[in-house]
Amino acid sequence: MAVARRLCPVEMLFRGRRERKLGDSVAVRLEGVTKRFGDVRAVDNVSLEVRDGEFFSLLGPSGCGKTTLLRMIAGFDTPDEGRILIGGRDMTGVPPYLRPVNTVFQSYALFPHMNVEQNIAFGLRMKRMPKEEIARRVAWALELVNLSGFEKRRPDQMSGGQRQRVALARALVNEPEVLLLDEPLSALDLKLRQELRVDLMNLQEQLGITFIFVTHDQEEALVMSDRIAVMNKGRIEQLGPTEEIYELPKTAFVARFIGDSNLIPAKVLEPRRVRTPLGEFVLDEDDALVPGQEVLLSIRPEKIRLFRERPNLPNVFRAKVDDIIYTGSENLYILLADGQRLMCETLNHDIQEPGHEEFDYDEEIWVALTPEKLVVIQEEADA
Amino acid sequence: MREAATPAQRLRRVLLTVGPGAFWLVLFVLVPTLIVLVVSLMSRGSLGQPVPPFGLHNYVRFFSDPLFLEIIGRSLWIGFWSTLLVMLLGYPLAFYIAQSRYKEVLLLLVVIPFFTNFLIRVYAWIVVFQKEGLLNALITAFGLPPGEFLPSTLAVYVATVYTYLPFFVLPLYAAVERIDWSLLEAAYDLGARPVRAFFEAIFPQTLPGLLAGFLLVFIPAVGTFVIADLLGGGKVTLVGNLIQLQFGSAQNWAFGSAASMVLMAMVLLGLWLYARTQGERGLDRLV
Ligand SMILES: Nc1ncnc2c1ncn2[C@@H]1O[C@H](COP(=O)(O)OP(=O)(O)OP(=O)(O)O)[C@@H](O)[C@H]1O
Ligand SMILES: [Mg+2]
Repeated sequence: MAVARRLCPVEMLFRGRRERKLGDSVAVRLEGVTKRFGDVRAVDNVSLEVRDGEFFSLLGPSGCGKTTLLRMIAGFDTPDEGRILIGGRDMTGVPPYLRPVNTVFQSYALFPHMNVEQNIAFGLRMKRMPKEEIARRVAWALELVNLSGFEKRRPDQMSGGQRQRVALARALVNEPEVLLLDEPLSALDLKLRQELRVDLMNLQEQLGITFIFVTHDQEEALVMSDRIAVMNKGRIEQLGPTEEIYELPKTAFVARFIGDSNLIPAKVLEPRRVRTPLGEFVLDEDDALVPGQEVLLSIRPEKIRLFRERPNLPNVFRAKVDDIIYTGSENLYILLADGQRLMCETLNHDIQEPGHEEFDYDEEIWVALTPEKLVVIQEEADA
Repeated sequence: MREAATPAQRLRRVLLTVGPGAFWLVLFVLVPTLIVLVVSLMSRGSLGQPVPPFGLHNYVRFFSDPLFLEIIGRSLWIGFWSTLLVMLLGYPLAFYIAQSRYKEVLLLLVVIPFFTNFLIRVYAWIVVFQKEGLLNALITAFGLPPGEFLPSTLAVYVATVYTYLPFFVLPLYAAVERIDWSLLEAAYDLGARPVRAFFEAIFPQTLPGLLAGFLLVFIPAVGTFVIADLLGGGKVTLVGNLIQLQFGSAQNWAFGSAASMVLMAMVLLGLWLYARTQGERGLDRLV
C-alpha cells in the first residue's frame, strides 16, 4: 500500500506503534447500526470492527453522533437498526449491567457520597467479590493511576485531573473487555491533557484492554490511536490506521477536519495528469482516474516546497507571499497564486539552501508540489 | 492587599450579615421558648395563671403519671406511623411529578389544599367519614354493611397523612429535580441491577430532601391536636390535645408549658441522636 512510502517527519507526532501486532480477533463489531432521535439520524448505518487490544478513536465534530454510538455500545441506548457484537456475542437486549464493557464518562459521574476507595470498589462490590480481594484490587487500581494515598478523599475534594483518574481506575479495576471513553480529557487544561494522553496510552499498552476513545480533538486522536473512524453527521467518513487518515484523506471533510489541508479543484486530463487553476500537474496515484472527471487535490502545508530560483522539478508554479506567521519552530506562509490561497509550513532552521530558504512579504517565489504528496479526493469541489 | 479589619469593623460586618437573622431568631424563637420554660417552672394560680413558687413539680407530675406517658407514647406512635405513610406515598409521588410532562399542574394540585383553611379541610374529612358520609355511601353501594368511622384512629391517620403529604412532597421534589441521573448510568455500567443502582446512586441524592420532609412532617404530626380532636373524638388524646387542654378548659398554664417543653425536648433529642449517628455530616444534610 502507498502509505508506507509516504512516511515523513510529521509522523513523529503519531504513536510509535506501527509495528505493533494487534490480535486478529474482533472485540466490538457494529453492523449497520442506526439511531434516530425524531427526524435526526444521530447515528446512520455505521458498520465497523474494533480489534482486540486496539486503541480505537471515534473522531468528529460536535453533534456528529460519537456519544450516541458509544452509548449504544455501553447499552444505554438501543439501536433502531443493526446490531452490536462484543467479543462475538450479540448484545441486542443485553442490559448495560451485563455487558463486558466499562465507561469513563465525560463528566466522570463519580458518586459524590462515596470516597475514592468506595467509588473504585463499586463494580467489584456489585460482583460480590470477597472484601480482601476488593481491597487488593482497589489498591492495585489506585497505584495504576498514581493516586495511592487518596483513598479517603471525596470527589469534591479533588482536582479535575485527579477525578478523571479516579473515573479511569473505577472502570479499569473491573478488567473490562472493552473500555469506552467519552472525551475523558476535554474538561482539562492543555498541559494536563497532554500529560494524561501519555498516561492513557501507557496504561492501554500495559493492560492490553481494547479502548474505544471518543474525541473531537484531532490532535488527540492522531497521537493516541491505532486506528481512527472519522465521523460526520452520523456517518463514518473514513476509517483507517492513523497515518492513513492523515496522509490519505478520502473526502474533503476528512482533509479539512484532520490537520490543515490545501484543497485544489482539478479536472482529470489523463489517468495521471490533471488541470488546476494553478497549472497542469502530474500525479503519482495508482487510483484509476477517468479523464474528464472533476476531483479535488489535497496537499498538507508541510509538504509544499518553496524555492527562490525555479527548481528543476515537476508541478512547479509561481506564487506571492501574502502573509507570514512565525510559530517558533515553524514558518507558516500564506501564498497567493492565481486567486488560490495556499498554506505552507516550513521548518524554521538556519540553512539557506534551495527548498529551505526564508522568504519575505510580497516576494514572488516558486512552489513545487511533489507528485507523490498530492492526494486525490474523488469529490467535486463544493461551492 | 486587604487591610486587616479592626475588631470594631469586624463586629460591624458580623452584625450586618448575621445580625438580622440572629435578631429574628432571638425575638421569635429564643424569647418565646424561654418564656414557656419559665412558665413551666411556676405553679397554678387561682385563675389558672402561672404564679410562683418555682420548682420542677410540673415535670415530676408529668413523668410520674402513666397517663401522660401513655399520651406521649401514643403521640410518637401516631406521629411515626403517619410520617412513614406520608413518606411511602410521597417518595414515589415526587419522582412521578418530577418526570411528568405535566409537572406544573401536578405541583399545583399538591399545593392547592393550602388555599383552604386547615380546619375546613379537617371538617371535610368528617363529611367523608361520618355515618351517612361518602365512604359509607361507597361501601353500601357495593352491598356491604356500613362501618363506624368517626371517631376512629383510622380517620386520624388518613387526615394526618393527607394534611402533611405536601410538606414532604415539596422538599423531596426539589431534591429529585436536582438529581444527577448520569450516576444511575454509571451504576448500571459498573454492574448494578436496576433496584440496586437506584439505592446506590439515586437514593443518597434524595437524602437531604427526604430528611427535610421528614422533619417538616414528623414534628407537627407529633404535636397535632386538631385532627385528633375532630376525628379521634375523645378516644385519641395526643400531646397536642393535652397542651391545648391545659391552656384551655383545665386552666393550668404552668403544666401546659411543661408538657410543651417535654414535647420540644423529645424532638430535639431525636435530632441530636440523628446527628450523632450520621457523624458531623448529619447536620450538614439538614440544610
Ligand atoms: N436524547 C436525545 N434526544 C434527542 N436528540 C439527541 C439525543 N441525544 C443526542 N441527540 C442528537 O443526536 C445528535 C448526536 O448527538 P451526540 O451526543 O451523539 O453527539 P456528539 O458527537 O457526542 O457531540 P459532542 O462532541 O458535542 O459531544 C445531535 O444532533 C444531538 O442533538
Ligand atoms: Mg458527546
